[in-house]
Amino acid sequence: MLTAFAILIDGLVYASWLFIVAIGLSLIFGVMKILNVAHGAFYAFGAYGAATLVGLYFEAGLPVAGAFAAMLLAAVLIGVILGGILERGLLRRVYGRDEVIVLLVTYAVFLILEDVLLLIWGADSYFAYQPYVALGNVVVGEMIISTYDLGLIALAGLTAIGAWWGLNRTRSGKLLIAVIHDREMSTTLGINVTAVFAITFVIGAVLGAFGGAFTAPKISVTPGLGVEVIVIAFAVVAIGGMGSVAGALIGSVIVGLCRAAAVHLLPEVELFVIYAVMALVLAFRPQGLFSRAEARKI
Amino acid sequence: MPDRTLLLLCAIFAAAVAVSFVMPSWAVFLTTIAVAKALVVLGLMILWRTGLVSFGQALYFGAGGYAAGLAGRWLGLTDAIALCLLGAIAAALIAWVVGLLLARYREIFFAMLSLAFSMILYGVLVKSEALGSTDGINIASATFLGYAPSGPAQVVSVYLLTVLAGLIAASVVHVFLQSTIGQLTAPIRDNEIRVEYLGVSARAVVHLEVVIAGALAGAGGVLTALAVGHIDPEMAYWTTSGGFVFVTILAGTGSVIAPFLGSLLFEMVRSFAMAYAPETWQLMLGAALLVTILFFPGGLWSLFERRRARA
Amino acid sequence: MAPILEVHELGKTFGSITAARDITVAVPAGQTLGIIGANGAGKTTFVNLITGYLKPSTGRILFERRDITDLSPREITRLGVCRSFQVPQVFPTISVLDNMAIALGIARRGAGALWRPLRSRRLVEDAGAILERYRIADYRDALASTLPQGVRKLLDIAMAVAAEPRIVLLDEPTSGISVEEKYEIMEVVVGALRASGLTILFVEHDMEIVERYADRVLAFYDGTVIADGPPDEVLHDEKVKQFVVGETLHRTARQGAAAAHA
Repeated sequence: MLTAFAILIDGLVYASWLFIVAIGLSLIFGVMKILNVAHGAFYAFGAYGAATLVGLYFEAGLPVAGAFAAMLLAAVLIGVILGGILERGLLRRVYGRDEVIVLLVTYAVFLILEDVLLLIWGADSYFAYQPYVALGNVVVGEMIISTYDLGLIALAGLTAIGAWWGLNRTRSGKLLIAVIHDREMSTTLGINVTAVFAITFVIGAVLGAFGGAFTAPKISVTPGLGVEVIVIAFAVVAIGGMGSVAGALIGSVIVGLCRAAAVHLLPEVELFVIYAVMALVLAFRPQGLFSRAEARKI
Repeated sequence: MPDRTLLLLCAIFAAAVAVSFVMPSWAVFLTTIAVAKALVVLGLMILWRTGLVSFGQALYFGAGGYAAGLAGRWLGLTDAIALCLLGAIAAALIAWVVGLLLARYREIFFAMLSLAFSMILYGVLVKSEALGSTDGINIASATFLGYAPSGPAQVVSVYLLTVLAGLIAASVVHVFLQSTIGQLTAPIRDNEIRVEYLGVSARAVVHLEVVIAGALAGAGGVLTALAVGHIDPEMAYWTTSGGFVFVTILAGTGSVIAPFLGSLLFEMVRSFAMAYAPETWQLMLGAALLVTILFFPGGLWSLFERRRARA
Repeated sequence: MAPILEVHELGKTFGSITAARDITVAVPAGQTLGIIGANGAGKTTFVNLITGYLKPSTGRILFERRDITDLSPREITRLGVCRSFQVPQVFPTISVLDNMAIALGIARRGAGALWRPLRSRRLVEDAGAILERYRIADYRDALASTLPQGVRKLLDIAMAVAAEPRIVLLDEPTSGISVEEKYEIMEVVVGALRASGLTILFVEHDMEIVERYADRVLAFYDGTVIADGPPDEVLHDEKVKQFVVGETLHRTARQGAAAAHA
């Protein structure tokens, strides 16, 4: 019984983290049909940026509560700057080319950014544990759960609601959905697809950086962060479907629970199970569980 | 009139053998790694011509390497030729099974599904204590039909086997690409429906190509394992697959010779960069890739061809 | 002699849309059959059903008495039923000669034929000869993407019959071609095909072409056949005039052109 509860909590915490990381990737793929490998770099930059800012913040002796604002600020700055530069400077030149070619372009950018990261921050580890520790723990039955982790669940929920509301209840959001469904048709209806792309990409970048920023307090921020994250984010998006908030949620929950179950019950299959689920979903429903797009298949 | 490419391959092979007598050990090692990697790229080249990009060749590369390592550890098998065949066949079998599913997909879905399969292997390897987990397994020195060299002679022996494998693989792939079925790469990429209406199953052809590419990557994995003397799960990681794809793009797909030239150049630049500026290697690679994709889609080989055409 | 192609009560629905209904036709070997009808009448659906691109909702299709209803396009092609396309389907990034060579290479019989080198001297010669027969040999080294529409159509048709099928279905062979070229193309194609005793079914909008080249005409309307018989009869049939042709053919300037090409 305790194990089941532990699996549930761990699964939800992991799922929340996954959701925050993957939602940006999913949106970008849904709207722009770009599988953005550089999303891993946005995440990494977000983590490093937040760690640095939080470090500076606490050196200045400011109260803990503001640290969260600092992390948010770091994420937004990085997302806007990096995402903006990337979209305007490079991606605009390759819109309309084969999806795989664009993927390779984003992969090349990812490599470049990984080294830029090294050049700026070096190979040292960074820590930003203060926000994590400051929130303390919550005791539930026999389990000790970090309040920060619970906060992440709430944050993921808020992000999901925000994303859903933004997409379905605002005019801009509906334009986004139109572009997700049919880019060409949207253009003929007068939607400024170029602007939509630019904004979507920056929002996706901010979300990626946001994921990194709010993960930083839980981990030691070291090189190679982005490499591990991007492939798991891919799995989540492949399972849930591209461009769908519900899809990203379901994908995150599935992966989160599977991993938690594996960790507690059969640790050897922890990584294997995530990708096995991904392969399974791709095999039966290549466009993901919640996508309305059609898969290219004969 | 024998085929010009085959003649050129023989000449390159002869040169590669001759030069091994004067090359320092580190250069022999580097070339071995480059040629082994080129085998994987040969397979990717076939798929690329068909309009497909596999982000999961590390599956077969890793499978080949681990087949050799485990055969050595559990069966005491050290004969390099036997290990090569074993690795290639094991990889081909895996490719055949994976291909049953993979051959039905195209474009981004082909790429993602191939990635998923390779990460499944990675996941298994990383968490499996019996298979060495993240530390991997050491490989005993290779033997060659009874001959058991050590030291520099071992390095040269693995090298010679590798360039021989390169010659055989390149020749076989070249002949394959000249056959009717091998000439279906561009047609399938351009107009799959038309191919079906001519009476050929595109899916069957893609399946075949997946198996060939898998076997080649498996052989590459074995040779790399023998050269390095060690295998670890990184061989099956997605960045390894990515590396293979990069060399494919940089080298170009215009000829079976391209992967070898491209891979050699890649390894040379990488060694140089790692020695003098390790935190800029990925930056250089990414930049080179961008330039290639944006301005030289035919890769290095197309530059080579252009110069020859003008001469 | 059994008919080479038989279609029994063929029907196809897409949800609430009926694209084809109750089509029953028997085609004797060697006949040249013209298929006419307004856009959306079901002509291309008919071709797609016969060649396996669509699976019928009802009915059966028999080729040389053999049921081919559930077979794939590939299997049907292999049996000897080939088609050309309204929008020519060629391989744009390779040369015209290579396009033809691939079609011939695939058609080669024998175990392991697909593994033999494509460009054997014999095959290249044969491909060249076909290009000559279709009068497009001048384009042999051009990339298929650079071809004018008429040449592309001819290549498409030449590729379709490379495997020496017993039936060929031509989907609008002269659509998108200038009036002057239409007759040239039909002369070349029909001349080449009739010489081999092929059964030809062709979809056409140009009634003069149909009148000149068809032994028999099927008129489609609303997914079914409303007239079936020799051109004279069908083209002057009341229903056909109302739903397909529009009015009686104007035999004026066009006749001059037809006579010039005769």
